[in-house]
Amino acid sequence: MCLGVPGQVVSVDGLTAVVDFFGVRRETRLDVIDEAVAPGDYILNHVGFAIRRIPGGEIAETLALYETLLAEAGSDMMADDVRGEIEAAGARLEPTAPGLGGSLGRGGREAGP
Amino acid sequence: MTPATLAAEARKLRFRDPGKARDLTSRLESLCEEVGRERISVMHVCGSHEQSIAKYGLRTILPRRLDVIMGPGCPVCVTDMPEVDEAVLLALDGHLVATYGDMLKVPGTAMSLEEAQARGGAVEVVYSAAQAVELARREPREVVFFASGFETTAVATAAVALADPPANFSILSAHKYIPPVMEIVAEMPHTRVEGFLAAGHAATITGARLFERFVERHGIPVVVAGFEPLDVLAGLTRLVEIIRDGTPCVANMYPRCVTDEGNRNALDQLWRVFRTEGGQWRGIAHVPNGNLRLRDAFAHVDARRRFTIDLERFWQSSPPRLTQLCICGDIMAGLSAPTDCTLFGRECRPEAPVGACMVSSEGTCKIWHQYGGHPDL
Repeated sequence: MCLGVPGQVVSVDGLTAVVDFFGVRRETRLDVIDEAVAPGDYILNHVGFAIRRIPGGEIAETLALYETLLAEAGSDMMADDVRGEIEAAGARLEPTAPGLGGSLGRGGREAGP
Repeated sequence: MTPATLAAEARKLRFRDPGKARDLTSRLESLCEEVGRERISVMHVCGSHEQSIAKYGLRTILPRRLDVIMGPGCPVCVTDMPEVDEAVLLALDGHLVATYGDMLKVPGTAMSLEEAQARGGAVEVVYSAAQAVELARREPREVVFFASGFETTAVATAAVALADPPANFSILSAHKYIPPVMEIVAEMPHTRVEGFLAAGHAATITGARLFERFVERHGIPVVVAGFEPLDVLAGLTRLVEIIRDGTPCVANMYPRCVTDEGNRNALDQLWRVFRTEGGQWRGIAHVPNGNLRLRDAFAHVDARRRFTIDLERFWQSSPPRLTQLCICGDIMAGLSAPTDCTLFGRECRPEAPVGACMVSSEGTCKIWHQYGGHPDL
């Protein structure tokens, strides 16, 4: 899939970052991103790897777009793909603030590249 | 979704600026008239583009003479049956095969990985290459990562190959490289494709400049576009504008994500680990340079070199199945629509797929099955 999912970097440890994806914290690899990232930055995750740092001016619009997608009722292919991308970002860590996190269950989705 | 709700969806066009959508469609309409031909066909090569087009019912508001076709943009769908067979054999031979979830149901010559699992083969779904490596660290057995996806996804596989994985980890690469198959489609004798829409996030890594050589060779324009309905409309408008002007070029309509050069760090890793090789894409053709295979320096993580995979023996005992009737190849080449297939929605359904296009959420057939595809309004 080509959508990827944006998230906010919480902490960085070498090539691994803890990233908050709409209230779900997961580990994302930093092997292939071409800029240094720091806590507070936003990245785009694809199959468990950060592929791009989202420039400051685009963060609000990008997040709004994905929130609209994730708020979709029932089963939706695009929303499921985004949830799959969140799954791809490694082990689930402790839950964070309430938000869209509650609706991010696997919901029978099958992971895809 | 019924045609009526699809049309309502299209009118609503849940993007933030319906006015801009209206402007774009009327601009597109007049551009198509200026081109003057009865039919203008363009192709996109991205499952997410098709999802967006189908979900928002864009085909119901596009000019009637503009045909937007989904090409071979689903990596799962173009995975060739012998590649699935290799993974099936390794699983049946007692190795643990880790793979992305939508590879499970993809039909092989004799069986899918899911069926191999039912026969005692060890198959585990992972969401990322990194998870496959973690699995190998926990497992005493050999863990083979059956890796599918285009170059964007191959980058993740390259990263784990470079990060010193455990000795019991190997990679069975079914990765594919998109630019060469665009050449194949452009050269097909019956091709009607006058322009390509390239996928935004894939180009985040490869960069828009990647397509310049294709444009020079084939005189067919390429426009990089995002996946939002407005992004798709803007991409199509620019593409038809270039077709009207008759001066083929690469245009980047997704500059907020895509640069000319792409992600250099990712590309460097990709090409250190992989090289291109010719190979069959399911239902399409032999595609020169279309497969990404591990370089010699990575033979130690290459499942094809680590294990003996005797496909001939396997095939002798495997009768071919219903897949012979499947027209996935023609659909991905843009020559047929899912609704042209006699199996579509009958013998071939998402829960019981015959062809790979019905398996993946990026497959044209599955997307049309869910959203209705091209309603006749």
